[in-house]
Amino acid sequence: MSGAEKIAVTVTDIVPLNDLVTRFEFKRTDGGLLPTFSGGAHTVVEMRDTSNGGDITRMNPYSLMSDPMDQSAYTISVRRDDEGRGGSLFMHNNVKVGDQMVVSNPVNLFSLDLLAKKHLFLAGGIGITPFLAQIKQLERFNGNWELHYACRNAALGSYVDELTDHYPNATHVYYDDNDQRIDLVNLLDGQPLGTHIYVCGPKGMIDWVRKTAAGEGWPRESIHYEEFLAPQSGKPFEVKLAVSNIVIQVGEQESLLEAIERAGVDAPYLCRGGACGQCETQVIDYTGNFIHRDHWLDDAEHASGDKIMPCVSRFEGKVLVLDR
Amino acid sequence: MTIQFNDETFRDDYSFKNSDWAIKRFPFPFHEDSYMYSVNMEQHRGGPDGSIYEKRFDVDEHYVSEMRDRAMVLADDPLRCQSLPHMTLAGWDLLELIMVSKSEDYPDLFELHRNGDKWRWVNKPMGIDDSFTFLDEATLPYGPMEYITRQTQGDFCVLDQRDDNLWMDAGMITTQADWSLDFDIGMNFFEWHAPVPLAHEKGIFVRALKFLLSIQQGAPARRLNWTMTVNPLLDTSPENYHKWGIQKTSVTPENIGAKQHLRVELQTFFRLPRSNALVFPIRCYLCCFDDLMSVPKWGRRLHRVIRDLPEELATYKGFIDNRPMMLDYLSAFDDGQPTSMGIWPDRDTEPPLKT
Ligand code: HEM
Ligand code: FES
Repeated sequence: MSGAEKIAVTVTDIVPLNDLVTRFEFKRTDGGLLPTFSGGAHTVVEMRDTSNGGDITRMNPYSLMSDPMDQSAYTISVRRDDEGRGGSLFMHNNVKVGDQMVVSNPVNLFSLDLLAKKHLFLAGGIGITPFLAQIKQLERFNGNWELHYACRNAALGSYVDELTDHYPNATHVYYDDNDQRIDLVNLLDGQPLGTHIYVCGPKGMIDWVRKTAAGEGWPRESIHYEEFLAPQSGKPFEVKLAVSNIVIQVGEQESLLEAIERAGVDAPYLCRGGACGQCETQVIDYTGNFIHRDHWLDDAEHASGDKIMPCVSRFEGKVLVLDR
Repeated sequence: MTIQFNDETFRDDYSFKNSDWAIKRFPFPFHEDSYMYSVNMEQHRGGPDGSIYEKRFDVDEHYVSEMRDRAMVLADDPLRCQSLPHMTLAGWDLLELIMVSKSEDYPDLFELHRNGDKWRWVNKPMGIDDSFTFLDEATLPYGPMEYITRQTQGDFCVLDQRDDNLWMDAGMITTQADWSLDFDIGMNFFEWHAPVPLAHEKGIFVRALKFLLSIQQGAPARRLNWTMTVNPLLDTSPENYHKWGIQKTSVTPENIGAKQHLRVELQTFFRLPRSNALVFPIRCYLCCFDDLMSVPKWGRRLHRVIRDLPEELATYKGFIDNRPMMLDYLSAFDDGQPTSMGIWPDRDTEPPLKT
């Protein structure tokens, strides 16, 4: 079976934080302890949607924001995405306290570098969630950290109050609506030797931080980022799976990976967000264009037409044959 | 199952020996009649009853004596155990993994009582009963990694994962096949594997690393590796080569069956939850040629593997000079009959040796 080990959980608490973000708490259905994890880890939540007579299973990754040492419950925060394919809408509209769900064992693609002398966190919007767990982990061991958190306004600033109450000296908040911006060049300039940068937020912010830091001479290995892409809808297309010897249709609202799974073919994955590399698949033949959206393959690999990451990437054209 | 622990030595008079039970469960590493390096990894989720694969951390009749040997090695050379400062959390992860696994898998030998941070660990074979505070180093006689690996068979590399690589930043290495923790400490996956012949060219290490980086919590993996050792020595380290290297010349056609040991390493891989580090236990099993030959399938196969092994591998594994003498001995146990696939002895189905 693909993906990390699964855990049967029950939804034990649902807390709307503001117009966009809701927090969910899960406990093990069998009453046992959940695995500990490291700050920055995510879990893949399985959402079985049988509304309107259908039966669709979506699997989305969400950063774990609870204390990594707390084995009694996991919490995640989900931002409602009205444009997306419905995973976050399902969480917001359909999930109720007491529901049984399945989550994966924690997987960390955004781990703290424990060699760092200082951890500089840059969060944008819902990108705050992995830092909440990392901060709890560092606080336990007296780690040195500082957070710069940009969000739209006070009303949409999830966890701003908790952070500024608990860590007034380490937390710096910026509201877009008040034209407050992180002064990145100066911020980076003032950091002690051995600082590592971590950025989580919208793509534009990640690109800006990586580019600015690289331009200021920061080594690649001290810049960490995480961006989960949600699969996007697109035109339907047809794919031949050569190993399984079947032809499948990828619908408008599903990802290529989901279509492969729906056909009963066990395909590898971990993050389902274009970041981990597990789902990498060889292309045997194609006529048409790839819509590559992952962070895993480099530009040359994207251009080669040899590989595709089916969790987030799509295809437009006549023929696509995959080694799966 | 109760285990009768041997009182034996891995040095000086070499009183080490395997019982019939230990021979039967010896991890013979060749699943076919030839051998080449490969990315031979599988899930580590148990195995046949009584086999060395069954438990997460196998405990056998050599446990108490192996731990005594480890203590002697450490007394002579404390640098066999090292942990860089950022690896302490991984050390606690390892301590927890081993204590939880052993107390669940061998409840008659080990007990773990947890009450929040207050833990009590009982190790009956070694006569240990310690109470301590989890994550508080001051409450243990050693650092967490050293404490638990002084009580667990096998060497342990604890690898930090960063920058898409693994770094050997901690370890307890006293039963190694001729490599040195003190030399490798701080190196990455490609650096410490640099001396291995042929495997780099075959792309084995690139693929192996990719596999290791994505090993997940709760989904450990394993593989077997092997080499040859003269006399049942656990500590074949470069630091002590002057003591054991010379023993290779003591082998004669008369004593080879008793002196020459096949050394097999059960290597496992576990993701550590709190630190996101990876632990790589390397468990060493020794079996002399005479004992191996009691299994007809193993006799036939070992002869064929050693005969056809590429020269580079026989040189790297350090037995190229003794290979002709080994083959003289082994050929008497190969009657040319076919062998069944897989590593198991298949005593009931494989025919006895034709003489
Ligand atoms: C992170 C886990 C691992 C550690 C810490 C590790 C460590 C080592 C070390 C220290 C050596 C001795 C090198 C020397 O001569 O100085 C070695 C040898 C070797 N390793 Fe690894 N290794 C790991 C994983 C793997 C994996 C997954 C493979 C898979 C193919 C592999 C394949 C080999 C091979 C083929 C050799 C040569 C062994 C022989 O012929 O006796 N290693 N390894
Ligand atoms: S599943 Fe992680 S990149 Fe596709």
